[in-house]
Order: sequence, then structure tokens, then C-alpha cells
Amino acid sequence: MTLARDQVTHVAMLARLGLSDEEVERYRQQLDAILAHVDRLQQVDTSQVAETAQIGGLVNAWREDVRGECLPVEKALANAPKRRRDHFEVGAIQE
Amino acid sequence: MSGETVGELGARLRRGETTPGELAAQARSALAALDALHPVLRYTEALTERQAGRAAQMLADSPEQAGPLCGIPFAYKDVLCVEGVETSAGSKILQGFIPPYTGTALARLLDAGAVPVAVTNCDEFAMGSSNENSAFGPVGNPWDPSRVPGGSSGGSAAVVAAGAVPFSLGTDTGGSIRQPASFCGVAGFKPTYGRVSRYGLIAFASSLDQIGPFARRVADAAHVFTAMAGHDPRDSTSSPAPVEPVSEQLGRGVQGMRLGVPREYMAEGLEPGVRTAIAAALAQLEKLGATLVEVSLPSTEAALSTYYIIAPAECSANLARMDGVRFGLHVDRKSLTDTYLETRGQGFGPEVKRRIMLGTYALSSGYYDAYYRQAQKVRTLIAEEFDRAFETVDALVCPTSPIVAFPKGDKSDPLSMYLCDVLTLPVNLAGLPGISIPCGLSEGLPVGLQVIGPRLQDARVLRVAQAYEQATAWHTETPPLPPAVTGTPS
Amino acid sequence: MAHGDAALAAGGDGDAVMTVTSAVSTLDQVMQRWEPVIGLEVHGQLLTQSKMFCGCSADYIGSPPNSNTCPVCLGLPGVLPVMNRVAVEYTVRSALALNCEIPEHSKFDRKNYFYPDLPKGYQISQWDMPLSLNGHLTFTVDGEEVRCGITRVHLEEDTGTLQHAGDILQQARSSVVDLNRAGVPLMEIVGEPDLRTPAQAREYLVRLRQILVYIGVNDGNLEQGSFRCDANISLRKHGDTGLGVKVEVKNMNSFRAVHRALEYEIVRQGRLLDQGQTIAQETRGWVEAKGATISQRSKEYAHDYRYFPEPDLPPLHLSAAFVDRVRAGLPELPQQLAERLQREHGLSAYDAATITAEREDARAFEALVAAGVPAKAAANWLMGEVARLARETRIPLPGSGLGLDGLASLVKLVETGTINGSTAKELLEELYLAGGDPAAVVRERGLGQVSDQAELERLVDAVIAENPAAVADFRGGKEQALQRLVGGVMKATRGRADARVVTGLLRERLAP
Repeated sequence: MTLARDQVTHVAMLARLGLSDEEVERYRQQLDAILAHVDRLQQVDTSQVAETAQIGGLVNAWREDVRGECLPVEKALANAPKRRRDHFEVGAIQE
Repeated sequence: MSGETVGELGARLRRGETTPGELAAQARSALAALDALHPVLRYTEALTERQAGRAAQMLADSPEQAGPLCGIPFAYKDVLCVEGVETSAGSKILQGFIPPYTGTALARLLDAGAVPVAVTNCDEFAMGSSNENSAFGPVGNPWDPSRVPGGSSGGSAAVVAAGAVPFSLGTDTGGSIRQPASFCGVAGFKPTYGRVSRYGLIAFASSLDQIGPFARRVADAAHVFTAMAGHDPRDSTSSPAPVEPVSEQLGRGVQGMRLGVPREYMAEGLEPGVRTAIAAALAQLEKLGATLVEVSLPSTEAALSTYYIIAPAECSANLARMDGVRFGLHVDRKSLTDTYLETRGQGFGPEVKRRIMLGTYALSSGYYDAYYRQAQKVRTLIAEEFDRAFETVDALVCPTSPIVAFPKGDKSDPLSMYLCDVLTLPVNLAGLPGISIPCGLSEGLPVGLQVIGPRLQDARVLRVAQAYEQATAWHTETPPLPPAVTGTPS
Repeated sequence: MAHGDAALAAGGDGDAVMTVTSAVSTLDQVMQRWEPVIGLEVHGQLLTQSKMFCGCSADYIGSPPNSNTCPVCLGLPGVLPVMNRVAVEYTVRSALALNCEIPEHSKFDRKNYFYPDLPKGYQISQWDMPLSLNGHLTFTVDGEEVRCGITRVHLEEDTGTLQHAGDILQQARSSVVDLNRAGVPLMEIVGEPDLRTPAQAREYLVRLRQILVYIGVNDGNLEQGSFRCDANISLRKHGDTGLGVKVEVKNMNSFRAVHRALEYEIVRQGRLLDQGQTIAQETRGWVEAKGATISQRSKEYAHDYRYFPEPDLPPLHLSAAFVDRVRAGLPELPQQLAERLQREHGLSAYDAATITAEREDARAFEALVAAGVPAKAAANWLMGEVARLARETRIPLPGSGLGLDGLASLVKLVETGTINGSTAKELLEELYLAGGDPAAVVRERGLGQVSDQAELERLVDAVIAENPAAVADFRGGKEQALQRLVGGVMKATRGRADARVVTGLLRERLAP
């Protein structure tokens, strides 16, 4: 299969990756080559096979409903690139 | 202390010949001498001092109770979080991120008295097989600085190979501990998935990631593993099964063991020098009393494709939190979408973007069944084939990598780079324990022997590896460091 | 075109705001031509102690910004979620109350999208293997029984909250994020598109909320958003079985808002369809101040949430024993309770429904009856004076100074004729907050009803003597003059006389 340019830009938008035109073309070619290789997967007969999302076979790995410590606000915000008082700040949500 | 093992350093500490602070200072200057190789991103400074003090106190309070790692300096990969120490995952997007918490594996090492000295360079978000994808520059291989140390835990492998620290921590998602261990001529152990908590490990692919040690001796790797292993209530995927004491297995040799050699792992693509070294290693194991059995893992070829769907798919979600809101790089633009696009477009390097794109594509509407779902099914087949093999053999032995360390820049095509992982990544897909240990030199460069065990049989893997190690001298080979690199460590 | 629609018709984009009066004036007409198809999605926060995947408090209201956060709910690099068992149990409890099946196997998935209130860039939710499936809720609207299917009840995590500098999203220059709410356990109840009128939609929500509150999993607060509702609505020709283009309506913070927003949408869509226009598949927000829904335009390129199994959480395997245990812990549901109260205590359907609207009231009712208060009297007091005081003081009876026992004792004083109704009301008012034993107060203050015949006769005679004018009026045929005389006796007894007895005595004395 051949990946179209607008498929690449669509995927980049879903992943919120800002790509230059030149990057779009480069990734188009590289992803195309990788997918051509990966397409071999389609030849494996898996009609009778279950999916494995996790290895280890654990189930019901839950905890009891108990409160723990929160971070002090200053620590919670310490890494914020932009903050306004005790909030994280983001630019205008203008779409 | 250059080249000394955990055991040797521990003995000197207990004899009072040195102190944790002194060892840390020596490690620090030995690491600084490696600057030209660029394996270290930063030193842990205040933490080192604090922890050396704590270790000294533990040794003074009760030398018998202090474990084997007490007072021993080490380095860890730049994907592990320790409160107050910058962790950037080799990425510009996380530059300056200082975790307000300490991950479980590191916390357990700190409780054991080990003394962190430095944070090591790695491929960005642990994605790579050569350490050329670090946003902070590549790492040189101590055996030949013009060559790569392997990846993604290249810095951690290099500092141990160069003798600057007796052990280090790496992470392995598709071979990122074993392959650099092979390239650098040290032991590198990836435990069973779920055996060491991932809490505090900046996730690449959650269902594959595992933390493990690099060391110059299998026994040292075993000490580090023992200190870190065991159930963690903060990691829902960590195994609640009790940890089998490694000490009960080490030293028991391989006499009477059945060791499988996967036919597909010895097929085409092995460099001649690797093939020769592995053949000699297999012969050695036989000489030690093991029975070699050829086994087949037919889905080996499909494993690569499976891996390169599952790992990117998981990473595309895992890296979504790098959005410039709560931490890390933020590139301000007028609209929210443009801010996201620019922050992530500028913050991530090419390989990370490539994998996010690949994973996003594989999960996207219309492609999920063909790629992601199919990959999950093939993953089942791969795991089942290993299970079947382990019905007849105790462990598998094979090469870690089909090639030795290659020159920097040699594999600019992403697919050719991915193909390097073909012998390590099936182990991650099946969640098995695996180790790479030095088993020879090919044109002066180390070759690694991989030992793979059934799930939770970590001790058995270490036992086989140690039996081989004790019968050979490859682990004593040290890189012929060029003068610019050697410097004069104390 | 109906008058008052110029803006709507001219704009054609559906964003013009219709006036409420025109909407009301044409709703019936639209509904004669078109059948609304309504499905509701309800999100309810669970009343757990801690969040869904970390130990921060699930009760975040009033906490200073970002003070109820930890590395896990902040979505910092390296952290992992650990599931709250009670949240799973509460979801199963809710699903059972809504007649759902609980599959043995279920799992969590990641729902991927970018938004600043979503710290990880994905929400941990459930996609193809939810905790429950195939339930239903049955209720009555205008005498007609409505059965609404429940597609599924699943569990996920809440997002943080965004505030905008500037009140309208599109005009804000900057937004700020508070993650106190991020990670609170959130149950999603997806209803089938089985509802046909705004009244049905409203009743469905009222009943659903009532059930969740009854079983103790949700506090039912629409204003604060612990119980939230989104609606999907489309129109089709009566008799059609296919579905029209659906519009999702958000931002409805009260039952009334849901009702109004749906009415608005029916009229809006009906008119567009009448004009031969097509309905845009979109999300619209209800703007209370304008009484209208407004298109929430977003350049969000076609949504593609890329769900996949959450690799950080092992799947769930809920055994039959687990489900049975949760089922056994289910309290009596409001509908069952109302039916029982009618059956056992002879309450009317109306009284039973009113008494069971809130679980507290139903409990109080049963306690009063158990204490020996006749059912009808108990219902009347609870629905009347007690409800009023609870509303005014914002303190429900069980938490009041008087309490259940106090009320029971007060009502019994009336029933035994010790005090009369007006004295009881005054005492209730006084003791509701202050507390105290009504019987003791009545004794101390001598508030007991004057029922001594001789005493009453003496008072009646005195009042007749003191009010010759009223006596003359009454004898002259003015019936209401009698009330002045009764009032005189009541005044003399400070309200403690039995008005019926006094009236009888007066008529006897004044009889020609």
C-alpha cells in the first residue's frame, strides 16, 4: 500500500505533532516502508487466536478505597511552564 | 576502583578501607573522565551526598545487616524518576522536569544503601538501538568511540563497561538492556515483565517495559535485581508472586539442564564473528553438562512487525501527556491546537515522532483491526511458542544481537535499525526474563550470549548465565580505552 | 414560518436564538409533524473516599486549586494507575439497580484526545467490554408507562476543570486548569434512544438520580455537576423507524434546563426540517441566560479516540459470587418502596411517591409509623410542615434538633388529643432546630389542650357576655360572626382549646 500525504497530515494532527512539509514527506516515505514490512503480519493466520493485551495473567489488581497523601500545591505546580497563581495556565482555547 | 565489582567494593567498605562518600567521589571522577563518550547527562550531586551519608550510617549501625549494595555507587538511566533530580528521558520536551516523587525500583535501591552518582544518557524516551536518538547527543562505545554503544540504555552500558561504576540501571522494552550489554561487553539483565515495579519509569510501551541492571558480573546483577524485585502496590501489573531467592540458584551450574537453541535465532543475518562466538559458547555450555536441544519459534519473524505495532501504539498514548501544560517544554501560540502542535513538534526528536505517528496510525479508525488487533493476536502466538519450548527445555540460549556494535551513522534508515532488535524483542512480547553476557570478541568488539527463561524464572536465567561466566574469561575483557577517554581515574 | 423566527430562518446555521415564547407556541405543532427521538447519557461521580486511580480525595468541592492532586492524577511522567475496588463495586451496584447484566470479563481502555483538563492525554474509560450491559428503567409519565433501555453502565475517570478569563469560551484570552477533580471515579450511564418527549426525558433523569442517591453511590447534585446529563436528540416522521441526524446537547445543569433545552431543540430542528434544510450533526451547548442551544464550533478534526486496552491495568474478572454479594447489599429501590408503602400502610400513590422521593423521608416515615404514628398523619407531617422547615433551614429532619423521635412524640401528642394542631405547628417550628422533648415542653408550659367541659363552658359564656354585637350579628343570620366568638375563646385559652368543641358549645348556647 502507499500512504497518502493527507493520511500523514491527519495522523500528525491526531497526535498533535506539528510537522514541516519536508517532514511530512519524509515520514510518508519512512512509514510507508515500515508498514510494507509490518504488513507481513496479515499473512499470519490468527482466526483461532485470542488477543494478548498484557502478559502475566493478572486480574482484579485493585486497591482498597483509602485516602493517601496529596502533594502540596507548590510541588504540584513546581514544573508548570506557565502558571497563574495556583493554576496551570494555558493559552486561549480558541479553536 | 576502576573495574572493581560490587563484592570487592563491599568487602573494602566493611574492612573500613574506604567509605561510601569516597567511592562516590571516585565514581564521579571516573565518569567525568568519560566525557568524550558522553554517557552521563548529569550528576545527582546533593542526592549522592545525602545517600552516601545514609549508607555510611547504615554500615556503622549494623555492618552485618547492611546489604551487599550498601555504599556502592551506581548510575541510572534518564527515564527513572527520583524526587528532586532532573529526569528528561533524553528529550528536549522534558528538559528541566524535576519529579516530585521517587519511583519504586530506585527507592528500593536507596533503601538498600546504594549511592546514585549520575544520570545516564539514552535514546529519547528509550526509543532506539544505538543511543543516537538522544536529544543531548550520542554516546560512544568504550570499545571504539566511533561506534555506538547500543541502545536505548547506551549510557548505562558504557559507564559499566568503562569501569566507572560497578553497576547501573537501564530499561528494556525490546532489547534496550540486553543489546547495549552485548555491544559493550557487560552483563545486562531484563527481568520477567512485572517482576520489578515500573512505578517511576517514564513509560515507552507499558506492556513491554522493564527495569533491569547492568553489571560486570552476573552475581552483581543478581544483587541489584534482588534489591528491586517484588510486588509493588503502585504498579497494578507487578506480579504478586513471591520472588524466588536468586542465591539458592546461583552457583549450581548447568549440569543436567536442557538448554534450547531456537533455530530461527541462528538463521541468516548473523554476522560470521557472532556466529562463531555463539557456537563456541554453546559448546562451552555443553561441556559444563548441559544438553543442547534445537527448538523452533516459528513466529520469530512476525515478532518484529508485532513489536513495531504494539510498542508505537502504546507510546503514542504514553507520550500524549507531554503537552506543555503541567511540565516540560511549552511553545506559546495563539490557539491551543497550535500550542500543542508546536510544543510537541519542536519538543520531540525524529525517532519519537516517527513512532508516535506509526502508533497513532495503527490505532486509528479503519486500521485498528488490521494492525493493532492482529498484532495482539500474533503476540499470543509468540508467547505460546515460548511456552511450548519451555515444556521441553529449562532455558533458551542464543545470540543477543545478530551484529556487533556498528559505526555511528551507519543505520540511518529506520527499518534497518529496527531489524537489529529481532533477537531481543520477542522476549519482551512474551514477558520473559532474559540476560546478555559477554561471550567473545568479533574483530575486537564484544559479542553477547542471551539466556532466556520462562516467566518468573529469573533466578534460573541468572544461574545459567553465571555458570557460563565462571567457566570463561570474556567478562574480564575490558575495553582498550583510548587516552582521551581513560583520563586518570583515581 | 411562525412569527419571531426571522433570525433563525435568515441565519440558517441554527445559531440564532429563538425567543422562548415562540418556542413554546410552536412546540405542539412541531411535535404533530415530527417525532423526537431522545437518548440521554448521564455521568455520575461516585461517592468513594479516594479517586479512581490514586489516593487523593474524591471529594474535591471547596479545595483550593490543585491542592487535591498527586503525581498520579497530575499525569506526571512515570506514574501508574491503581484501580479503586469500591468504585468498581458501586458501578456494579448501580448497574444491578438498573437491571443490567454484569459480564464476567471486562476491562479498561484508553480514550485518546488532547485537552488541557485531561492530564494524560487519554482518559481511562471502558470501550468494548464495559462493566455492565442491557439494563432498563421503567417509570410513568402522565399515566403512561415508559420503559427506557440502558445500553451500558461503565466506569471511567473524571477530568479536571478549566476556567476561562472572559466568560465565553470562544472569547477567552487565557484559560487556567485545576486538576482537583481529575481522576474522580465517574460512572457513565448510556441510555437507549427510547424517550419521545422532554417530559419523559426529565422523568427518566429524576428517577435515575433518585435510584443512584438511594443506593448511596452518588449525591445527585446537578448544580455542582456530580450528576451530569448530555442528550442526543433527533427528529423523524411519525411512524418512521430509522433515525434522523442527531445533535448532542450539553451544559444542562438542572432538570428544568434539560426540559427546556430539549423543547428548544425540537422546535429548532423541526423548523429547519420544515424548511427542507438538513440538520448538522454537531454538539450544541445550552445557554441558560439565552434560553437557547448554541453550536459548540470546534475545529477538532473528525474525532478518532483510538481506544485500545489500558496496558497499565489488568482486566477485571467479576465472579458470580462477587456480583451476588453486591446484589445482596442493594437496598430497597424507590419504586419497590413506594409500592410497599401503599400496600402496607394504605398510602395513596401520590403520597407514596412523594414520601419516597428522598430516601431520608421514606426512612423517617417508616420510623414514625414504627413509633406508633398513624400512616396518614406521618405522611402529612413529613410532606407538609417538616418538608417546609427542612427546606428553609436546609437541615433535614434526622439532623435537626428535634429529630425523628421528637417528631414522633410531637405527632402522638396531637393524635392523642393532648395538644391541638396549631400548638403542634408552633412547637415544631420552635423545637425543629433547638430540640427538646415535646411532651415535657407541653407539660411545663401547660400547653395541653383545654378539654375540661366545665372550664370551656365557663369561657364560652364569658365570651358571649363580652361580645353582644357579635352575638346579635350571629342571631341576625351572619354565620361568620360565630368565628369571632370562637376566636375569642381561643384567645382566652392561648390557642389550646379544641376549636370543634368550642364551636359546638357556642351553637348550643346561641341556639334560638
